[in-house]
Amino acid sequence: MRHATKVAAVIAAAALGLAACGSSETPDTTPGAGGTGTGAPAAGEQIKVGMAYDVGGRGDQSFNDAAAAGLDKAKAELNIDSKEAVAQNGEAESAREERLQQLIDADYTNIVAVGFAYAQSVAKVAAENPDVKFALIDSTDAKGANIENVTFAEHEGSFLVGAAAALKTKTNVIGFVGGVETPLIKKFEAGYIAGAKAVKPDIEIKVQYLTQPPDFSGFGDVAKGKAAAEGMYQANADIVYHAAGGSGGGVFQAAKAANKLAIGVDSDQALTADEAVRDVILTSMIKKVDVGVYDFIKSISDDKFAAGEKSFDLEAGGVDYSTTGGKIDDIKAQLDEFKQKIISGEITVPTTP
Amino acid sequence: MTRRFDLRRMGIALSAPVLAILVAVIVTSTILVVAGDPVGEVWGTILSVPRPRVIVAIINAAIVYYISAVAVAIGFRMNLFNIGVDGQYRIAAFAAAVVAGEGWLPGPLNILLGLVVAMLAGGLWAGIAGLLKVYRGVSEVISTIMLNAIATVLVAFLLRKAAPQTGSNIVSTQPIPEGSRVGGLPLIPGVSREVYGLVFLAVLIGVLYWFVLGKTRFGFDLRATGRSESAAVASGVKVKRMVLLSMILSGVVAGLVGMPLLFGQDYAYGTTFQPGLGFAGIAIALLGRNHPVGIVFAAFLWAFLDQQSNALQITAGVSDRLVLIIQGVIVLSVVIAYEVIRRLNVRIEQRRVAQALAEQAATVKEGAPA
Repeated sequence: MRHATKVAAVIAAAALGLAACGSSETPDTTPGAGGTGTGAPAAGEQIKVGMAYDVGGRGDQSFNDAAAAGLDKAKAELNIDSKEAVAQNGEAESAREERLQQLIDADYTNIVAVGFAYAQSVAKVAAENPDVKFALIDSTDAKGANIENVTFAEHEGSFLVGAAAALKTKTNVIGFVGGVETPLIKKFEAGYIAGAKAVKPDIEIKVQYLTQPPDFSGFGDVAKGKAAAEGMYQANADIVYHAAGGSGGGVFQAAKAANKLAIGVDSDQALTADEAVRDVILTSMIKKVDVGVYDFIKSISDDKFAAGEKSFDLEAGGVDYSTTGGKIDDIKAQLDEFKQKIISGEITVPTTP
Repeated sequence: MTRRFDLRRMGIALSAPVLAILVAVIVTSTILVVAGDPVGEVWGTILSVPRPRVIVAIINAAIVYYISAVAVAIGFRMNLFNIGVDGQYRIAAFAAAVVAGEGWLPGPLNILLGLVVAMLAGGLWAGIAGLLKVYRGVSEVISTIMLNAIATVLVAFLLRKAAPQTGSNIVSTQPIPEGSRVGGLPLIPGVSREVYGLVFLAVLIGVLYWFVLGKTRFGFDLRATGRSESAAVASGVKVKRMVLLSMILSGVVAGLVGMPLLFGQDYAYGTTFQPGLGFAGIAIALLGRNHPVGIVFAAFLWAFLDQQSNALQITAGVSDRLVLIIQGVIVLSVVIAYEVIRRLNVRIEQRRVAQALAEQAATVKEGAPA
């Protein structure tokens, strides 16, 4: 009897599964419902851009938003039809591949893959679709004739904010909060420490990472960011730099509560962070992902796409420090001196701490 | 027990999953309408005929889900709620990746070694929860949840030791040598993607699960203990031993969950290795009613929804997280529907018996004066 029940359950599930497979029309390639320039009389051919964001997507006030800004700029200037899709935390490798492939199926044949998590899937999908052009942000792990690797000299930008922190500290103790302990974030740490020591060789720098790979929650956990920064402020640090994506909001909250200062990352966070905490932001290390994305789209438009690594360093204006809020106006001359020394090669910033 | 009666029971049992899926469709559609999203396009995308490439992805996802669900089901049959499959498979996949990555043995032997290591690691990790339950009375629900968290941290810690320092942002173990990878099966023509070669492993696990639980003394003892511990004790079953054994067995199978991925796709354990398979397994085991064949269909339904939802963002502009709502509602409704239908069944039975008794009484009365 029980057995019959179970068999019936099985058959029911099967019937439903099959019904689901059979009954349907195929909404195959329905191109660009959300596109802007469809049919607009613009110069040149329309460029179809597919954006594959990292976890968080548009609206993360940080990394993905910077990439989105690059797309928006290109849209305003060029004839572009775009489609955007975002990654989910804890998804399978096949889901990333499928996302890229779906964009290609829908005819978006210029793909921007935002974040190093896409490296493996870009390598695979790019090989299967040699006519499609890819821009892979933050990673050189996937190489190919149709892949542009967009990288940034985060260590150089971090050097400058490290110097700013050392110039501004009163306690001679500063802090660094990293989101996830990956080589990429270590680049931030290395530059920050080098910059601080260049100003004050005896400065004390507290370093903490929120999570270890494969746990990537450190990039989006406000509570963890807050706890880490609170600890540093209690241990006498008065300026904390974060390279922790969304967790950075917690660092700012802790700074506000302790009446101390913090340094933002990726975007000019004195403009993008929660309004209540903007006044604690000394400066931000700006990483111009938007420029990288815009340049890729522009290169397609100009028919000048070039595969391989394209590094956006201090000299190319790919990284910089922000002056919003006016808290570092008095040391700007010193920072710009460091900047020139890095550009001229007089100072070589290390990429590993 | 007439044949007609069985058919009626079958109809009732069939109605539970049908009801559950209907409810899921209604709830999801309501949410879409409230959110102002295109309902038609969403269902059009999910229920469209999958492309050949996606069919392969569905089969592959179902293979992994199936193993995970069987691991959970072994516990369920024993009345053990092994939430720890998630941690068990990650620990096991990591251990297998490290050992197989060393390439101590040539070719297929290395694969075999990897599988054995995975089973050992999964079994040992689950065994901790089993020992805690048997000797300290710690609920396996609590201990396995905690062990999941410990597994996450432990693997992260060990991964950094095991991973070669390449400067790449993708931290992973040494890749498995080419000779020890399991090639895919080109089941669907015209696509470059292939079905995991370790599909055979899933089939073998299914057959063994059916055989051991349904046809052996051990399986009978296990199910008996699951139904009623006191009855099992009375019939001479050593309950403590059974608890420990079934927990370990569940962990051994859990250890194999990541193997099709490891040997057929990723070739290393790293930051991009798929997490969360153990939790999917719980839902799929519930949906498949712990039945070796039922789980097959549940795994396919799950994989179908998962893969078809990938296109949602692009075709309908709706987050593919929507599919989690659909899956969640299906599981919840299945559990409720089975309970409702069980009660309904009891009532029908009672009425039938009452009716039969009344008829009997009437005949007796009629016959009395004669």
